[in-house]
Amino acid sequence: MGVSAGTVAPAVADAVAALAATVATAPTVVPVGSRTHWEVGGPAPAGVEVRAPSGVLEYDPAELTVTVAAGTTVGELDAVLGAAGQQCPLDSHDPAATVGGVLATGLSGPRRLRYGPLRNRLLEVHLVLADGRTVKGGGRTVKNVSGYDVARLMVGSLGTLGVLVQVTLRCEPRPAASEWRRLGVPAAEVLRRAFRPAAVLTDPTGTTVLLEGFAEDVAAERDRLGASTVATAPAWPTGPHRGRISVRPAHVDRLVADLAGLGLAVLGEGGVGTVHVAAPTADGLDAARTVAHAAGGWLLREAGPLDGFGIDLPNRALMARIKDALDPTGKCNPGRLPLAPVAVGGVA
Amino acid sequence: MCFPRSTEEVAAAVRVAADHGVPFVARGSGTGLAGGATPLDDAVVVVTTQMNRVLEVDPVERIAWVEPGVLNLDLSRAVQHLGLHYAPDPSSQQACTIGGNVGTNAGGPHCLASGVTSAHVLAVDAVLADGEVARLGGTGPDVPGYDLRGCFVGSEGTMGIAARIAVRLLPDPPVVRTLLCDFGALDDAAATVSGIIAAGIVPAALEMMDAEITRAVEDFVGAGYPRDAAAVLLVEVDGLPDGVAAQVAAIDAVARSHGARSVRVAADEAERALLWKGRKSAFGAIARIAPDYYLHDAVVPRTKLVDVLRRVYEIAAEQRLTMMNVFHAGDGNLHPLIVFDAREPGVWSRVHDAGDEILRTCVAAGGVLSGEHGIGMEKRDAMPMIFTPDDLDLQARLRDAFDPQGLANPDKVLPRGSRCGEVRRAPEGTWV
Repeated sequence: MGVSAGTVAPAVADAVAALAATVATAPTVVPVGSRTHWEVGGPAPAGVEVRAPSGVLEYDPAELTVTVAAGTTVGELDAVLGAAGQQCPLDSHDPAATVGGVLATGLSGPRRLRYGPLRNRLLEVHLVLADGRTVKGGGRTVKNVSGYDVARLMVGSLGTLGVLVQVTLRCEPRPAASEWRRLGVPAAEVLRRAFRPAAVLTDPTGTTVLLEGFAEDVAAERDRLGASTVATAPAWPTGPHRGRISVRPAHVDRLVADLAGLGLAVLGEGGVGTVHVAAPTADGLDAARTVAHAAGGWLLREAGPLDGFGIDLPNRALMARIKDALDPTGKCNPGRLPLAPVAVGGVA
Repeated sequence: MCFPRSTEEVAAAVRVAADHGVPFVARGSGTGLAGGATPLDDAVVVVTTQMNRVLEVDPVERIAWVEPGVLNLDLSRAVQHLGLHYAPDPSSQQACTIGGNVGTNAGGPHCLASGVTSAHVLAVDAVLADGEVARLGGTGPDVPGYDLRGCFVGSEGTMGIAARIAVRLLPDPPVVRTLLCDFGALDDAAATVSGIIAAGIVPAALEMMDAEITRAVEDFVGAGYPRDAAAVLLVEVDGLPDGVAAQVAAIDAVARSHGARSVRVAADEAERALLWKGRKSAFGAIARIAPDYYLHDAVVPRTKLVDVLRRVYEIAAEQRLTMMNVFHAGDGNLHPLIVFDAREPGVWSRVHDAGDEILRTCVAAGGVLSGEHGIGMEKRDAMPMIFTPDDLDLQARLRDAFDPQGLANPDKVLPRGSRCGEVRRAPEGTWV
């Protein structure tokens, strides 16, 4: 049976009510998913851990939307959608990540080039506020301008505005063909020649492109690009110290070269401006951050002890007012987002 | 009323208003239908039409910085030679401004596949309610902290004024095909919409026009629409050639399997342009039928289209009104259009009653109050239909965080505690 608009689904109502009761009384609340992206941003605070329920709550393929409890893993969601020939590109490199966790950490995934940023996927959100009230933002239809875009505000908010418990996401048809190809040219060159590739990932030795669409089109694009070398999805940079850099897309190729020159593992998202970097030491990741700043970008710490953001948040006072408006006592995930001034650089 | 020519002048105007505790309202071309840009009381009106320059176009990163008074269509024209376009295309695109589009989070037929304005705005240099200029969002992929840009887009001027806007441009697709499907029954057209989506196709645009509007448009522009159709679908697909060909064939088959009397594919660009001219002239065409109209905007789940449409026509019959429907069927965005003669005694109350009943029907079907026009004054007091007091309280606190003094376009979007007698139900003199 369908979920009635305005409330969470009956299947999770009890769990959400229990979670809300915990949030209302706990002095500090720490939302937990699968801990796959646990070190993104500021350090995890000590406090009462809360977990959103899981499960696909409503899915009608003809609507191209899906409503899930926020604790559902992206792997489970992908399996359900895949069975109906659809997808929702929440491309965490770990399928154990939860939908709520991916949204909270703002991980758009490598196919962002084609499918857009994560924030464009989220239609409706139910969250438990610091005072224990469960509220809704947005709406379940694919198009909606009724009221403020509370749903978008939650993407990347690192659990500091409340606990996501139920979300509705926009889906789309799964492409008939999908293949990775390898080219020995920079990302910019591929982007000039290809029409809307799904991903253009570049590393120091070349570029891996993901072509998706109708089989004949994919084959024609492949021939046009001269991308005869079959490839697999490139390995994600791994190491104890990891970060995600945001720069203007035009700087990706240069940044990848510069970071590789420092001996770091690196993978850049051409046309997007995200560069993933891993270092064996905190100093290595800090050096990557210096390179990012020089290119006008910034680095979000994803693993390791380096300071989470390395810069003062832009419009910090306004963000602090928003935080204060939703969480006046500061109980939701304190310290994850540096809403007080921070020192630039350095190891936390 | 003031007509600033720069971000600094917008900020100066807002500072003066803030210093005197006077509300201010941003206004572009004034084409909005929900009354969001209509000043109440003695508000300072900041009109952005003098700020109409495209400041910078980066064809490699496909980003344009524009001033808020740039007209929507002028932006696409300005980047046409680069093989780029700006995707959101409201029906008023010849007249509406990008700043206004940001305010309302405007849509348009081509938002089905590519999303409404919010998906295309990367950054806004916003003059906040205290006169400070803040860059919300950015031209890189992510900005640290909360998505203030996402909050601001669609806030209808209640969080400040967009003084400079960075938008994403899309590459023109290599191939575009436009189909006109002709149906003898409205239900068949609606079922075809669901059938196309169910076939795994999200067209670039998927528009429906009912019998009355199709005839009116055909009489007005001669676009070659079938005058005897119960409904037509205008469907556009784009992309690479083989995928487009496969989708055209699939859509043709779906339409015929649902009883389409004919499916015509525009043979060339001229024919395609004519078909679109018909769709986009719909609101001009109705002037030939009656002097006044009230255009509604609501969204329902796509699978509820048939039931809701049927009820919408029943409501029109109950209220003895002429109802037409021309709308973004692909995303369930209905635009019931009531045409009438305001000189007829008592007609306004029937128009309003019908509008209220349509809204109730859409909400009961799981829909929302507005898909692209916004809330403004028109639907402000309907917000409790879809939001609880706690939901609205959250939104009010969010707004206060942006504008603690409450001077940015007050009394729009969020309802006051009680209904206000001074507010007109339908903004007059608005453009569609």
